[in-house]
Amino acid sequence: MSQIVLQAKNINKSFHDPITVKVLNNINFSINKGEFVSIIGKSGCGKSTLLYILSTMDTDYEGELLIDKQEMKNKKEAQLAKIRNEKIGFVFQFHYLLNEFTVLKNVMLPGLKLAKYNAKEVEHRAMEKLKILGIENEALKKANQLSGGQKQRVAIARALINDPLIIMGDEPTGNLDKKNSENVFDIFKQLTQEFNQTLLIVTHDQSFARNTNRIIEMEDGRIINDK
Amino acid sequence: MNYKLILDIAKSLLLARWKQTLVAAIGVTFSIAMFIALLGFMTGLNDLLDGLILNRTAHVRLFNEIKPNPNQPINASDAYKTHHNFIESVKAVGGRLEIYNNAAIIKTLNADPRVLGLAPKITAQVLYNSGATDITGIVSGIDVDAETKLFFFNDYIVSGKVNDLKNIANSIVLGKGVAEKLLANIGDIVQVTTSKGDIMPLRVVGFFQSGVLDIDKVQSYASISTTQKLLGKGNGYITDINVKLKDLTLAPAIAKEYAQLFRVDTEDIQTANAQYETGSSVRTTISYTVGITLLIVAGFGIYNILNMMIYEKMDSIAILKATGFSGKDVRRIFIAISLSIGVFGAFLGLISGFLLSAIIDQIPFNNPGLPAVKTYPINYSLSFYIIGTIFSIITTYLAGFFPAQKASKIDPVIIIRGK
Ligand SMILES: Nc1ncnc2c1ncn2[C@@H]1O[C@H](COP(=O)(O)OP(=O)(O)O)[C@@H](O)[C@H]1O
Ligand SMILES: [Mg+2]
Repeated sequence: MSQIVLQAKNINKSFHDPITVKVLNNINFSINKGEFVSIIGKSGCGKSTLLYILSTMDTDYEGELLIDKQEMKNKKEAQLAKIRNEKIGFVFQFHYLLNEFTVLKNVMLPGLKLAKYNAKEVEHRAMEKLKILGIENEALKKANQLSGGQKQRVAIARALINDPLIIMGDEPTGNLDKKNSENVFDIFKQLTQEFNQTLLIVTHDQSFARNTNRIIEMEDGRIINDK
Repeated sequence: MNYKLILDIAKSLLLARWKQTLVAAIGVTFSIAMFIALLGFMTGLNDLLDGLILNRTAHVRLFNEIKPNPNQPINASDAYKTHHNFIESVKAVGGRLEIYNNAAIIKTLNADPRVLGLAPKITAQVLYNSGATDITGIVSGIDVDAETKLFFFNDYIVSGKVNDLKNIANSIVLGKGVAEKLLANIGDIVQVTTSKGDIMPLRVVGFFQSGVLDIDKVQSYASISTTQKLLGKGNGYITDINVKLKDLTLAPAIAKEYAQLFRVDTEDIQTANAQYETGSSVRTTISYTVGITLLIVAGFGIYNILNMMIYEKMDSIAILKATGFSGKDVRRIFIAISLSIGVFGAFLGLISGFLLSAIIDQIPFNNPGLPAVKTYPINYSLSFYIIGTIFSIITTYLAGFFPAQKASKIDPVIIIRGK
């Protein structure tokens, strides 16, 4: 029996600035544990908007969102922050590493915030994540001393630090060249296969999507294909 | 809450912009240093000016005033008890300046635990004879030891020895102004005429300068026994008893009490010197206003730096929020930054303020009117340091609060979408 990790029920969203435009229309789907799902669609069809809602960062929508069977509506900002910290890992198109910190510290930050383990253990776990991504040798460098592909791998390590229920990515390979894109894809594949990690990745890279377990295709704010 | 993590992040953000933060901290340092130096100097000046009058003024003065009797015979009449009685040209009668039974009064005062000490005194109106002209003046007969101990008489003797007044019979310490008018030197003999017309030669043993010119032009001092002789009175004759209390604020109450108890006139220091209090409080208010204004300016410096930092660190704030830091955590990070600037700046400010005070304290200040003062006066009261610290922490907290509030409200979606 597969376990539902995330469920979207009748999600609708409109922007009201400058005129009311409906960008998400009746979105319904659920994701099971261990699935590697990609969302594709033309630019501007609402993929990012949907991902921000699913990630609890955007709370201005209609419909229901359940993460780990918990209803997200009516939760306070601090409670949502805690859920993101504990259950969701993020990888964006841009790496968003903090240049003031070392690579290792960047990976550790969400773990220190969760404080499930003490600092020593968090550091040890961060090293392990960096090892999975093959960048343990860069651990003590400052974040801005790495190449683009390496930075994105650090961002993935950071997403992994709290063993999240689901990793969400918004075009995580969008800024990378072909070689690095394939590298990141291989890492995602390895994560699902070896660690049964659930992944939800927005992409416009057809070859990337083709290799995932499930493709959700969107057009004009609707899901037109889910297979 | 995970304060260690918050402080750690605050520290990194701060060090990444250490030049700007240093400038902000120096703003605080400067204002705290000025605050402390200014208050120290102003209060030092206050103490000096107050000392000029207050140190030498009795907390409670006992004396007899020659005045009309408030109980005129008409008041004793039953027939006119309920009437308003107008009596014109009432004269003082049987007035005597002497405090009766003063030995007993002194004994009682010495036994009063609220009394620090007392100095008996005789005030005699005299004329100093200088050739053909006479100069009006006052000779105060004093107990030299008590006067020195309680009213710092010693500090105002500019030449000669205070003890000679006690040891040499028929000696006098002339006010500097009096001496100049009489062209008198130490060792000279001056002639003094009392109000009763008796002339007495007195040997000059020293000069006295209070710093208040009007006093120095008329005032001279002699021992109690010399003054008694001058007035032709016996050795029990005393016109004033100056009392110094342990607690100055009790003076008005105690003055009333003594007036009743000893049936004499009394005057308390607050009534006698009300105007000096006002001067002091005006100076203090000005110092606080300037100091706090400087701090507020420094606060704006911190506010600017934090705003800039938040503007630069939008991405970092967005990712912190995306990875699970709440708005409250973000606010705490920036308040921690602001407070560290404040605490660091204030700490340096306390040290610089102290050093600045110490430097001012070394600057020579030679005023002929103030013989006991050689350098600018400084008050090193701990309270300025405490108040300065408290104010700097409050201003830096407020300066940090509004930018921090703004940072905590940053919507990560807007930032991330913008990339
Ligand atoms: N803040 C906003 N205000 C108004 N319209 C917006 C805003 N953000 C996005 N949109 C619109 O919403 C639609 C969906 O955007 P987005 O989710 O970013 O698309 P995608 O990620 O699929 O390219 C677009 O038409 C975009 O112009
Ligand atoms: Mg997008």
